[in-house]
Parts: sequence; C-alpha cells; structure tokens
Amino acid sequence: MYTQALNMAEADDRHIEDVARAAQFQARIDAEERIEPNDWMPAAYRKTLTRQISQHAHSEIVGMLPEGNWITRAPSLRRKAALLAKVQDECGHGLYLYAAAETLGTSREELVDAMLAGKAKYSSIFNYPTLTWADIGTIGWLVDGAAIMNQIPLCRCSYGPYARAMIRVCKEESFHQRQGYEIMLTLCRGSAEQKAMAQDALNRWWWPVLMMFGPPDATSQHSDTSTKWKIKRFSNDELRQKFVDATVPQAQYLGLAIPDPDMTQDADGHWRYSEIDWTEFKQVLAGNGPCNRDRMAARRKAHEDGAWVREAAAAYAAKRAHRQTAQAAE
Amino acid sequence: MSVANIQVSETPQVLYALRRADDALILGHRLSEWCGHAPMLEEDMALSNIALDLIGQARELYTYAAKIEGKDNDEDKLAYLRDVRQYRNLLLVEQPNGDCAQTLVRQFFYSAFADLYWRAMMNSRDATLAAIAAKSEKESAYHLRHASEWIIRLGDGTEESHARAQAAIDYLWAFSGEMFAVDAGERSLIHAGIAIDPEGLRDRWLNTVTGVIGEATLTLPQNDWMQQGGRVGRHSEHLGHLLSELQSMQRTFPGLTW
Repeated sequence: MYTQALNMAEADDRHIEDVARAAQFQARIDAEERIEPNDWMPAAYRKTLTRQISQHAHSEIVGMLPEGNWITRAPSLRRKAALLAKVQDECGHGLYLYAAAETLGTSREELVDAMLAGKAKYSSIFNYPTLTWADIGTIGWLVDGAAIMNQIPLCRCSYGPYARAMIRVCKEESFHQRQGYEIMLTLCRGSAEQKAMAQDALNRWWWPVLMMFGPPDATSQHSDTSTKWKIKRFSNDELRQKFVDATVPQAQYLGLAIPDPDMTQDADGHWRYSEIDWTEFKQVLAGNGPCNRDRMAARRKAHEDGAWVREAAAAYAAKRAHRQTAQAAE
Repeated sequence: MSVANIQVSETPQVLYALRRADDALILGHRLSEWCGHAPMLEEDMALSNIALDLIGQARELYTYAAKIEGKDNDEDKLAYLRDVRQYRNLLLVEQPNGDCAQTLVRQFFYSAFADLYWRAMMNSRDATLAAIAAKSEKESAYHLRHASEWIIRLGDGTEESHARAQAAIDYLWAFSGEMFAVDAGERSLIHAGIAIDPEGLRDRWLNTVTGVIGEATLTLPQNDWMQQGGRVGRHSEHLGHLLSELQSMQRTFPGLTW
C-alpha cells in the first residue's frame, strides 16, 4: 500500500508535468514554431504524424505500380524517359518520407512491414487500373494535381522534417502535373481516337480522384486534433472544392467533359459537384478496389524476391567490417 | 495507314550508330522493367537511373543515325518500327532480367566494356560520336562502379547470393565475346579513325572482369565458345517479346503523335 501510494504520487507528478509540457507545446504550435525530432511532443502527436507520413510514403511506393505499368509501353522515347524519371521521383519521395517518419522513432523496416501485412494504408487511388496511355496523362494531371492541393498546406505543417520534405515533393509534383496535362493536351489535339481515349480516362478517374481528399468533413475522424496541431490546415471538403474549381477550366480548355452532367457553377464561381459515391470509397478502403490485391501482391513479391539480395548486402558489410577490425588489430 | 517496318539504308556509318543505339535502348528497357519491383528502394532508383542514362544515349545515337542516313527516319521510327530481324543489338543486352544477380552480371559485363569503349571513342574523328562518347563515358564509369560493387557483395555475401551470382556468370559468359567482334564495314570505319578497334580493349576488359570476379570469390567459366548474331539481326527468342511490348502503341496506332 505504501509503495502503491508512492507510485500514485509519482504518476500524478508526471501527469502534471505532461499537462504543463502539452500547454507549452501547443503554445509553440500556435506561434507557428516548427517542432523538431528531439523536441518533446505528446504521444498522440507522434502517433498521428507517424501514421500520416508513413501512409504518405507507402502511397508513393505503391503509386509507382500503376504508372510503372506503362514504362515498357510508352509510345515514344521521350515519353518513356519522362515516365521512367517520374516514377523514379516517386520512389525518391517514398525514400525521404520514410526518413522523415523515422525521425519520430519507428524504423523504415517496421513501417514497410506494417504495410505489407495490410495493417497500414496507402492512398485508395492507386487501387484503380491504368488501362490506356491516356491514364498516364490523367494521373499526372488529376492525381498529382489533387496531391498538390493536399500537400501545399503540408509545407507549413508544424512538424519540421515533414514540412521540409513536402517542399521538395511539391516542386517535383507540380512538374509531374504539368507533364500529365501536356500528355492530355497532345491527345486532345490528336486524332478522334486519341481524344476518345482521353475522355474515357477522365471518365474513369474523375470520381476516384475526388475521393482522394477523404471523407466529407461531417464524418472525418482525424480532422479536429490534426487542425489544432497544425498538421492539417484545410478541411477535406475545402480542399476538394478548391481542386474542382481549379480543374474544371482545365478540362474545358482540353475540350473534355467532366463526367458529372449535373455540375453547376454557383454565384460565387464555385463548381458544385454531385454527390460522391462513398460506398465505392469504403469498399476500396476495405480492400475491394479493382487492384488492391494486385498492388499488395506486387509489393510483397518485390520484398520477398529481394530478401536474399538484402541479406547478401548485410552479410558482406558484416564480413568487411570484421576484416577491417582484424586488419586494424594486426 | 500501315504498320509496316521502315527500311533503313545501312551504310557502315548508319549501321555503326544504330548498333550502339540498339544496345543502349534494349539494355535501358530491360532495366526499366525493374522499376517498382527492385529489392530495395535505393536499388530501384539506381537501376532506373542507369536505364535513363542508357535511353538518353540511345536517343542521341538514333537521332544521329537518322541524320547520317538522310531520309525521313527519326529516333522513334528507328526504335518502334523495325522488327526483330532489323535490330542490331548485342545478344547480351536482350537477355532477360532473371534475378537480381543476372541483371547485375549482365550490366557488369556490358559496363566494363562500355566504360573503356566510350573513353576510347572520345578520340573519334566523327565529332558527334566523340561528343556522345564524352557524355556516355562519365555515365558508364558510374554504371561500372555500381555493378562491380554489387558483384562483390553478391559473390562474397551469403551462400545463396554466391550461388546465384555464379549461375548468372555461367549463363551470360557466352554472350560477352560479341562485344569485341568487328565486321568488314566496321573495319573500314576503324581505318578511317571514326570507330575504334574493340580488340584493343579486350585485355583491359578481361583484367577488370577478372579482378572484380576474383574479389567476389567467383570464377569465370572455362568454356570459351561465344554466341554471336545480334549485330546482323539473328537474336535470341527473348528480343521479339521485348519488342512486341516496346512497340505496342506505335504498332496499334500507327502514325500518331503522342
């Protein structure tokens, strides 16, 4: 009982200390200061960011698959080189996002294992198939366009390593977006067959892209604390609306029709879109999108097939270190 | 509209550029097949990087081949509208990726040659080839370093990696000799100072290869029979499949701009 009483007193002290630290932490956030890896942070802040940054990293890596599907079939050497470079950029984004997540105390291996075990999520958009070359243009134009809308505010995220990673990612993404739009422009100025290919791709990707911004504000789980911590600065619906307003004129310029015949422009100039089919979104999140199984299988295969290579690299590094120590001892 | 193959007037000079362009494109294409599937992210990026260098070299060489041919061919027609019998690449570069060991041994044999080759070609009397060589030499030096480090890691890594690396060497060795072959047309370019004699590179190539393979605790096969045929369009069965994928868009939608 005595001991228990002591323990309780200690726990109380810690609690009071944490409350004081949490208040200081929030004051720093409110003052727009950046939180750095060695700074004190609430456990929930660490957990939220680890989840968000690693999901972002997984999305970059899984996102290589739908576009990678067209590298070997790109229709010209210029397009082939540009697409390969683009997918390589995504790999680079994944790599430094994992590095940013690691600063919060979880290793890349653990994060990747969670994804391969199906315990961590990646963006639902990559569970849709790339069927024609126009899908490559559409992904650049819309998927990267939507990603930029989401990511520009993250350049001011309260967590320093994530914010800095986002600055670089956004620069490259905006280049990819222009590249995608240029593919669409070429198709829309080409033959009737090419233009039809572009319209078909837009028809298939439009609604899944709108879902990329996440569930409507009324049902979003994470928004409140993320907003307080300045991880998230705009709501899902705000960003979605911003994206639609920016995209409609781009589609008009291409001469393509947004597959939402009931869309209207309101008095403030905003394009009001129809109800999104959230059942589809939930199904894709639950693992029932057209490509969920293929994407996971491809990532698992790469990981398993590469195991002996990683083991060889580690074994060689160990042997080398051992030899160097032995040499130094002589 | 037709999807017929283009015809190329293969003068010795055109053919010379075309052969090197085909080497670079086919090997670059093979490496690009790894994108998104490599054993680790760092290696995914490295293989894509090498692929991009090679595709870049191919584009310059095709453009130059089209220019000296002087008809209306261009880099894309040369890449997308010739069939398997018109391709002029080495058999080595069209061999499938296999496992990572096979990809890296293939790269090692080729880059150990390309590094020496492009450095020597910087002295070509053909100013365009000399300029392409100056750029390619820097790239090849990095490709060789990357592949060499991996051969050593795999050979001197685990029992499994050693066995896989040795199997890759045994499989690919017979395709290494073609890099040193010269026909009459190329002989005339060598005399004119436009091309270099690859025979002069053989000892240094073997020296590099033996050194790295020895450090990797691997061995070269005793069998010295060498396969040939790629330079005149007698390929392995693998190339046709690669081309049907590479060329599918241009063959399905002929004559369009992408």
